[in-house]
Amino acid sequence: MLPDRPIVPSTLSVKDLPWQISWSKDKCTLCGKCTAVCPVHAIELGVFRKRIVRTSLDPKDPPVNQYDVYHGIRQKTDPAYACVGCATCTMVCPNDAITPLHGDEADKLRFHIDRGGQPRRRGGRRNIAGGVLDRIKFLRISMLTDPALDAGRHEFELKTLLGRILPPEENLKFIRENGWIPPVREIYPLIIGGMSFGALSPNMWEGLQMGVAYLNEELGMPVRISTGEGGCPPRLLRSRFLKYVILQIASGYFGWDEIIHAIPEMTEDPCAIEIKYGQGAKPGDGGLLMWHKVNKLIAAIRGVPAGVSLPSPPTHQTKYSIEESVAKMIQSMSMAWGFRVPVYPKISATSTALAVLNNLTRNPFAAGLSIDGEDGGTGAAYNVSMNHMGHPIATNIRDCYLNLVQVGMQNEIPLFAGGGVGKNGNLAANAAALIMLGASGVQTGKYVMQAAAGCLGSESDRCNICNIGACPKGITSQDPRLYRRLDVEKVAERVVDMFLGFDIELKKIVAPLGRSTSLPIGMSDALGIGDHHAAERLSIKYVV
Amino acid sequence: MCRLFAITSEQPQSPMVAIRAMDVMREGHDGSGVGLFLRDLAGPFEDMKDAPILSGIFTEKGLKRLDMFMMDVGFMTKYKITIKVPKTPPPGVPKRDVYLIRAYEYPEEWEDFSQAELYRRLLDIRLQLRKMGEEEDDMIVFSFWPDVIMIKEIGDPYTVAEYLNLDRNELMARVIMAQGRQNTNYAINLYACHPFFIQGYSTMTNGENTAFIPIREYLLSRGFPGYSGYQSDSEVFTHILHYTFTQLGLDIESYKHIITPLKDEDLDRHADAQTLKYLKQSCRQLIIDGPNCVIGCLPDHSLFMVQDRKKLRPGVVGGRPGKYAFSSEICGLDAAIPDRDKSTDFQPMHLDTVLVGPNRQEIKRCCQTDPLSLPH
Repeated sequence: MLPDRPIVPSTLSVKDLPWQISWSKDKCTLCGKCTAVCPVHAIELGVFRKRIVRTSLDPKDPPVNQYDVYHGIRQKTDPAYACVGCATCTMVCPNDAITPLHGDEADKLRFHIDRGGQPRRRGGRRNIAGGVLDRIKFLRISMLTDPALDAGRHEFELKTLLGRILPPEENLKFIRENGWIPPVREIYPLIIGGMSFGALSPNMWEGLQMGVAYLNEELGMPVRISTGEGGCPPRLLRSRFLKYVILQIASGYFGWDEIIHAIPEMTEDPCAIEIKYGQGAKPGDGGLLMWHKVNKLIAAIRGVPAGVSLPSPPTHQTKYSIEESVAKMIQSMSMAWGFRVPVYPKISATSTALAVLNNLTRNPFAAGLSIDGEDGGTGAAYNVSMNHMGHPIATNIRDCYLNLVQVGMQNEIPLFAGGGVGKNGNLAANAAALIMLGASGVQTGKYVMQAAAGCLGSESDRCNICNIGACPKGITSQDPRLYRRLDVEKVAERVVDMFLGFDIELKKIVAPLGRSTSLPIGMSDALGIGDHHAAERLSIKYVV
Repeated sequence: MCRLFAITSEQPQSPMVAIRAMDVMREGHDGSGVGLFLRDLAGPFEDMKDAPILSGIFTEKGLKRLDMFMMDVGFMTKYKITIKVPKTPPPGVPKRDVYLIRAYEYPEEWEDFSQAELYRRLLDIRLQLRKMGEEEDDMIVFSFWPDVIMIKEIGDPYTVAEYLNLDRNELMARVIMAQGRQNTNYAINLYACHPFFIQGYSTMTNGENTAFIPIREYLLSRGFPGYSGYQSDSEVFTHILHYTFTQLGLDIESYKHIITPLKDEDLDRHADAQTLKYLKQSCRQLIIDGPNCVIGCLPDHSLFMVQDRKKLRPGVVGGRPGKYAFSSEICGLDAAIPDRDKSTDFQPMHLDTVLVGPNRQEIKRCCQTDPLSLPH
């Protein structure tokens, strides 16, 4: 720092930032790739002046100062340009000369990242590692009277149901009397959760859709994907692949003009309609697509002008109350597709989830309930919403399931759980735990981004810049210079790998429990945890 | 793994037929208990087919409480079997005061009840007695139903049978089911002992019901008073059978479709694909995941056997017109009906339901892929 450089309250040193760039002068070729690629311009070419004191052994020669300059990398300390730790610089460096390192103490940046009175906004995840799901173990191994099932040899049927399932008495009666039997989809229990066209780049979206189509049509796995709130490309709406898609409608109704107009031309019904009322990562906030990402294509699909931020209101403003909203929207969406498509709400996990659920039990058109826990991800939200708002998914799903058991409707309204499923990489174990706690299936988004496209997010506030469209991997960017980094075919390939791997792991969990012909929904006797309070709260075994 | 044996015969048989069959299969049970279900009774009960028979174990105090209770409701004792036992029970068998088998005369005011109402009340009485017994630990009630006797006790089946002197005229029956217990999962509790019984339906099972908890939760939440207990994971098989017949109005073929539905590919090829698909979906919580062999008896005195989806348990049925037996092992069948055409023995596989009807003339086999005989 120069002696005359002014110090203001927000003057930070590199040490005060969460990530410090470690750069090796010896290895650097000064190619400039790192500074060019940095999504937040945290590094720049640095010209460093250096004094060298030359001394001689001859006492007659006085020591002299020699001044020289060298070129290298300088890390900016302005809060607006703080390094986000994405390490794209490391990735592009031909000599492995540069890498960001996480500071050894809490950063000071967090106190200065609200310039202009605008608190920090970001994308990504909650940045809290761990969680109860990872601590749940599967205990009920069939050992005594059973030959254990063989995950690789026996037949497995691990599909789940999405849709309102009638009680058997009514179902049989309606078959006899030709009554209306609600549509039910038999689907794979792992759903790709709602990530909108807009939040995701076109390449990412296309790659996911291709992967899903391959899983369905070549491998016979009925995997479904939710669109998120951002509409659906017109060609997909009119294609046979629409049946693998869950169309999401949320409070901004983005893209729904296009969807409604496409209904007469649809050759297939969509898998289902998901009405989003809340998102686990940022309860009480609507969706948000910041202006950086609203280009002409996105604007066209969503039916909005380009270059403006697109906040969805936190509530569905055309309705008076959540009860009315749920009832009316389910009704009108059902009607739009002639009551052939399951319609269900998605809410953020909350201590009021039971009230919503109880409403649904009395609504014969409600096809299920999706609950999104606090560990869910998002493309853009206020930091405070992501870090502090929300409800963990495990107890929420358990309470809802046990509530359904109490009223005897546990098979009638399937519950889907999301929010942090596989956030530490244990996708199958987390999914199986939620299913045995009572979920009919799980939704995951972040895991898919990581596994299928190499998203850099971690639980240590790495990257998390999905909101500004500068995703260094091109996953959440609308800038062709960025998203061309993502090979569509490779994304599709990774989606397939991910689902096949998940399938094997799920079998490796359920087979030793002696389950294979039906998904072990609510098989809570299989679960245990080494935390007495958690065990009590979830009504599972306490084991040490 | 427990061992199962059931026999249906035109000629009344002594329970010892089943006990002897159980004895030859002793490698498969550990002698920790035996349960017997007798129906289509001969002997003195031949002439009182409509009188409900109470079977259970009572202490002296419990018996007094029972008498008070039954008199209050208006039941009069019509006939009873007195089982006198030696003073000291054999090793492994607990000392009991009274093994009760008693036929009752219905209360007068019950005479005009419809059959459904009668059945509801009989169940209700049994549940009340069970509850009373559990409160004071002085009664264990197995069944209260016309033409049905149940005996259960801890100990080696043969020893128990000799101790209770089961080889007696009064206990001759045309349908007998027996289970030799392998006590693995649960503490010895006679309410966990097979066969289980509810309103005319009885089943026994071997193997382990890995989907027990979700099934139990589903049955408990049906709001039907008899769907309770569940000291054993196998009791749900009896209740699902009862549910299939009485609540859903379906038949024995559908039972298999409920507990072990066809795979989706096979369903699509089935003549009743649509109905079965709906049944599979709406009864999803009742899908068992094996490994189980279920042998049961229907109110019309038919005996049946079904296997789990993977057929992971042994089971064979054989015999000759007039006399058929179901057994876990062929040696059990050989012990009971040696003079049969063994080439017609049948081991039901994963898709089969086998049934010997009340006329005891043939083994009827239905394959799950066959069209249903339900009214459409």
